[in-house]
Amino acid sequence: MGRRVLITGLGTFWGGRLAQALEKDPEVDIIIGLDTQEPRVELERTEYVKADQSYSILSRIVQATQVDTILHTFLIVDSTRMSGRALHEINVIGTLNLLAAAGAAGSPVRQVAVKSSTLVYGSSWEDPVWFREEMTRTHSAKTRVERSLLEAESYLHDFAEDNPHVVVTLLRFSNVLGTDIITPTSKALQLPVVPSILGFDPLVQFVEEDDVIRCLEFVMREQVPGIYNVAGDGRLPWSEVASICGKRMWPLPPVFTGLAAGTLNRLGIELPPETLDLMRYGRGVDNRRLKRAGFQYRYTSAGAVESFARASRLRKAVGDSRPAYRYEREVENFFRRSPAVVKNE
Amino acid sequence: MATGERITAEARGALVHLPRQPEAEPLHDPRQSDVDEWGRSEHIRELARRLYDPLYRQLFRVEWEGLEKIPTEGGALLVANHAGAIPSDAPVIMHGVEEELHRPVYGLADHIFKAMPVVGTMWARAGGVAAHPENAYRLLREQQQLVLVFPEGTKGPGKLYSERYQLRRFGRGGFVEIAMRAGVPVIPIAVMGAEESMPIVYKNATLAKLFGLPYVPLTANMLLLGPLGLVAYFPSKFKLRVLDPVHFNVPPDQERYSRSRIMDEAEAIRVNLQDNLYDMLRQRRSVWFG
Repeated sequence: MGRRVLITGLGTFWGGRLAQALEKDPEVDIIIGLDTQEPRVELERTEYVKADQSYSILSRIVQATQVDTILHTFLIVDSTRMSGRALHEINVIGTLNLLAAAGAAGSPVRQVAVKSSTLVYGSSWEDPVWFREEMTRTHSAKTRVERSLLEAESYLHDFAEDNPHVVVTLLRFSNVLGTDIITPTSKALQLPVVPSILGFDPLVQFVEEDDVIRCLEFVMREQVPGIYNVAGDGRLPWSEVASICGKRMWPLPPVFTGLAAGTLNRLGIELPPETLDLMRYGRGVDNRRLKRAGFQYRYTSAGAVESFARASRLRKAVGDSRPAYRYEREVENFFRRSPAVVKNE
Repeated sequence: MATGERITAEARGALVHLPRQPEAEPLHDPRQSDVDEWGRSEHIRELARRLYDPLYRQLFRVEWEGLEKIPTEGGALLVANHAGAIPSDAPVIMHGVEEELHRPVYGLADHIFKAMPVVGTMWARAGGVAAHPENAYRLLREQQQLVLVFPEGTKGPGKLYSERYQLRRFGRGGFVEIAMRAGVPVIPIAVMGAEESMPIVYKNATLAKLFGLPYVPLTANMLLLGPLGLVAYFPSKFKLRVLDPVHFNVPPDQERYSRSRIMDEAEAIRVNLQDNLYDMLRQRRSVWFG
């Protein structure tokens, strides 16, 4: 019998991508995608369920569909996308409800994998060059997104302790770059001049978006429990990142940087505090535990930057080549359920 | 995360069953600069050495004794006394060892550098690393590098001229613990000359607090040379004596080492350095000519 998988955040970049990848896996029988918004990518056999962001119907879904695996990709790490309150609702309350449903009596769930972020380590002058999974941040979290991720992780720790029969995987992804993903960092790198902080040239680390999806598939397939950093090999200076992208840098003042960023914000250039910290101190995480578990990366940190730079150059030349997709319930239902549709199996 | 370790502990057992995958080919890594994971660039280090060489040879006229005690391969923790308002001993030791032994030295220093614009970046490119135990362990154990540390910390360079060559407390013995954990010897180096190259005559605690710095000094250099004295050293004669390496003969990678053993070893190294400094001072006829 194949796996029955529930993905949270189907309408987001990661949820959609992951569902597409899992559809190709013959070991996966059923894919159910949960979100408040409709999927933005074309899906063949994933079932979309509209839910509110706190997943109040989740325990019913888990019971009804007998899913054995939950892939929780719906943790917001980009604080520019919504207000702090909305972010708290999704990251903390959402995870809380999800884990409550997964841990209910008689629950069929046997694996929970959560996509967190290396934001939980923060970024400060007192940091080690490499963070290992068991290390904690050196300064307490100031930003809402970091606090909410830490809270979500602590719920997961409790869940793992209370449910020893469930394989619990916590993945902390480094800053992602790649062909399609849009983050505050990728937006900064697409500006005519790349913002930096005067006198600072921190070492940064990236993971390529394909490696993110492959990693989620990997931990699901191999049922690897534990906490893992997911990041490409090596760290490189921010100036080198700009240079791989073929950009010059525009330094912000090292004092009153927040004020300068506030001005940029009015111009539509969003640099959240966690990005400013990164541009000042950088961050490095040790990725060797995941490698020891058997995962093989396809990109290094610099490789991820290059992959992003190439995609940006293509977009600049021909525009977005991807056809726009709109989810239409009736059409999807027709293709999935109508006896008139001939399925080649 | 305190509770996180429990997830991990379970993970260790489960990982055994995973299929071993064949070694992958090295990944394409389109790097453009030679800045390593520590922020060090051999190009900038080379440039720094070229600029520093006149100071090393003509100004300080550095003389080494027992340089052969520093190994040409394998990790070792170099430990020295620290002095001068802007310590001149760190670049002298790094320059000397790199020129003579042709192997890099990573200099550990206070995190505060990393928070300073320009200074922090240049310091990292020229071989400085924040003194985090994790950084030291990696450099020594995994990469078998030479690492330089001043156990006195900022208390060494922050002392007045009247207290010269009086070693401060050696921190909490962290350097011994790291060397034990990394399985490398500690090699003490007694430095004579740095104290007189930029002596502090007065310190202002209020200003230090205001700027968030460990100390704000008034140096003899400033009194004599004006603003130039902020960066210009006096031409004191440098003599460095490398003492016998200290091996601890304990298994590496232990979670804990005996606290009393650590403190005893640290104190023994401190006393040995202090004795050697007195010995060197007894033989010195002139601050400027040695």
